[in-house]
Amino acid sequence: MAEYLLMFRGGDEKRKKLSPNEIQEHMQKWFDWVDSMRDRKIYQGGDPLEGGGKTVKPDMTVTDGPFTESKELIGGYIVIEVGSEEEAVGEAKNCPVLSIDGTVEVRTIADIDRH
Amino acid sequence: MRGTHIDQLFSHFFRHEYGRLVSILTRSFGVSQLDLIEDAVQMALLEALETWALRGVPENPAAWLFRVAKNKTIDVIRREAMVRRRTPDAIMYQESGRSDVSLEVFGKGEDGLLRMMFACCDPSIPVASQVALTLKTLCGFSAKEIASALLVSIESVHKRIQRAKHYLKGHSDFNEIPTGRDLDGRMVSVRKVLYLLFNGGYASSHSDEHIRRDLCEEAIRLSRLSIESSLKIVGATWALHALMLLQAARLSARVGTHGGIILLEDQDRSLWDTDLIDEGIRCIERSSETGDVTTYHLEAAIALHHCTSPSVEETDWEGILNLYEMLLDLQSSPIYELNRAIVLAKIKGPNVGIKAIRQINDPYFLQKYHWANVALGQLFFDAGNINAARQAFESALAKTESGQEKELLRKKISSLPVGES
Repeated sequence: MAEYLLMFRGGDEKRKKLSPNEIQEHMQKWFDWVDSMRDRKIYQGGDPLEGGGKTVKPDMTVTDGPFTESKELIGGYIVIEVGSEEEAVGEAKNCPVLSIDGTVEVRTIADIDRH
Repeated sequence: MRGTHIDQLFSHFFRHEYGRLVSILTRSFGVSQLDLIEDAVQMALLEALETWALRGVPENPAAWLFRVAKNKTIDVIRREAMVRRRTPDAIMYQESGRSDVSLEVFGKGEDGLLRMMFACCDPSIPVASQVALTLKTLCGFSAKEIASALLVSIESVHKRIQRAKHYLKGHSDFNEIPTGRDLDGRMVSVRKVLYLLFNGGYASSHSDEHIRRDLCEEAIRLSRLSIESSLKIVGATWALHALMLLQAARLSARVGTHGGIILLEDQDRSLWDTDLIDEGIRCIERSSETGDVTTYHLEAAIALHHCTSPSVEETDWEGILNLYEMLLDLQSSPIYELNRAIVLAKIKGPNVGIKAIRQINDPYFLQKYHWANVALGQLFFDAGNINAARQAFESALAKTESGQEKELLRKKISSLPVGES
């Protein structure tokens, strides 16, 4: 067992165009997804992230927004505890952000006892 | 955080909140700011999506949305005012720290919705635009959803909405609810829009059953606004409300089929909603109080006949025929004539009905209105003229745009006996 960080990116274009009806349906998908993980006791927590933000560079300059490589902002993250990266990826495949053309990044949270 | 959940958000919550917020905010900031307000409300809903998905639904979701939408509206107005280097005199109130006080200042949602409805149903705007604007700003449908619901193109919807908004922006900014004669006149318009809205949902067949029901429910919901308000309500408004309730009572039994008397015989009457029928009957009683007799009264009376008949065979067709005669006295309409012909056929046989349809006083009716061909087809079949029935059904099939109707007609055609004349 290990903890995995799932970060949701993008989907902004499609999200903006959702109708009020579609927004409610989409929200339902999120609740279902998170509830399913809670029910199976693998959900460890998560947070939505506001847009904007700042980036501090090595030369101490501060720029608006995320690091310029990816235009896509991380919209939020959750942490789950499952047996393997494959399992974490399996959970990630059900993330509603995928249905609006967003992506999910899956990272293993390093644990001193694993190595 | 289980329990702080979508269960608290009843069906259509966001869609209805959109309408409520747009109404409240246009009341304070003016209809001239409608575009900006719609954007702000949309942004508030999106913010709710991003936040509530992981945080759960807040204790008072409506207040949360109002606060966010109001703040975004103010932000944009201020920004635009700065760009134009003018003082933001569009801001009508002092900021208050408590959102509940602000809600009171802006008035209750229902009052705001009623005002917005009167504004949208301005008879100076083309009626198709009134309908589109009502669906967008009051009911919270997107242009795409409206296009799908009314079976028109998205471009058409955009144009209709733009036309309506353009007119509204050039005229009274802060709508007061009309009174006296103005109110009566405006209600004529409101009733037309609600009737069209309801028909949009009732008459056409969609692959998306939800949108169909939504339109009917919205028409009834908006009609309730005026009925439950403190305004003086005339008989015609009660009659239209009754008509919609009585038709809606039968919706569950009409799944997958098209509207009209034609397929009444196939309906499972146990699926009819008796609560709606009861409410409809009460509204019909109220509709006779002011003594006026409108087409809404008569159409409601016809619907009542159907809703209170235990079966097709026991329906009082003579009574209904009489009502159609009265309707035609009030207003000539090929659709009334078509329905009358169908009723005539029930009383005097299919050939009388066929003759009556052929006598309809509109030479292009059969070409324009494919239901006439469906009805003819059914009557020809009943009269034993299979070839003519097939021709009529095929004619209807060629004219209809609806996928569901096409399927129904194909089934009808393929079930016709082959090789008979």
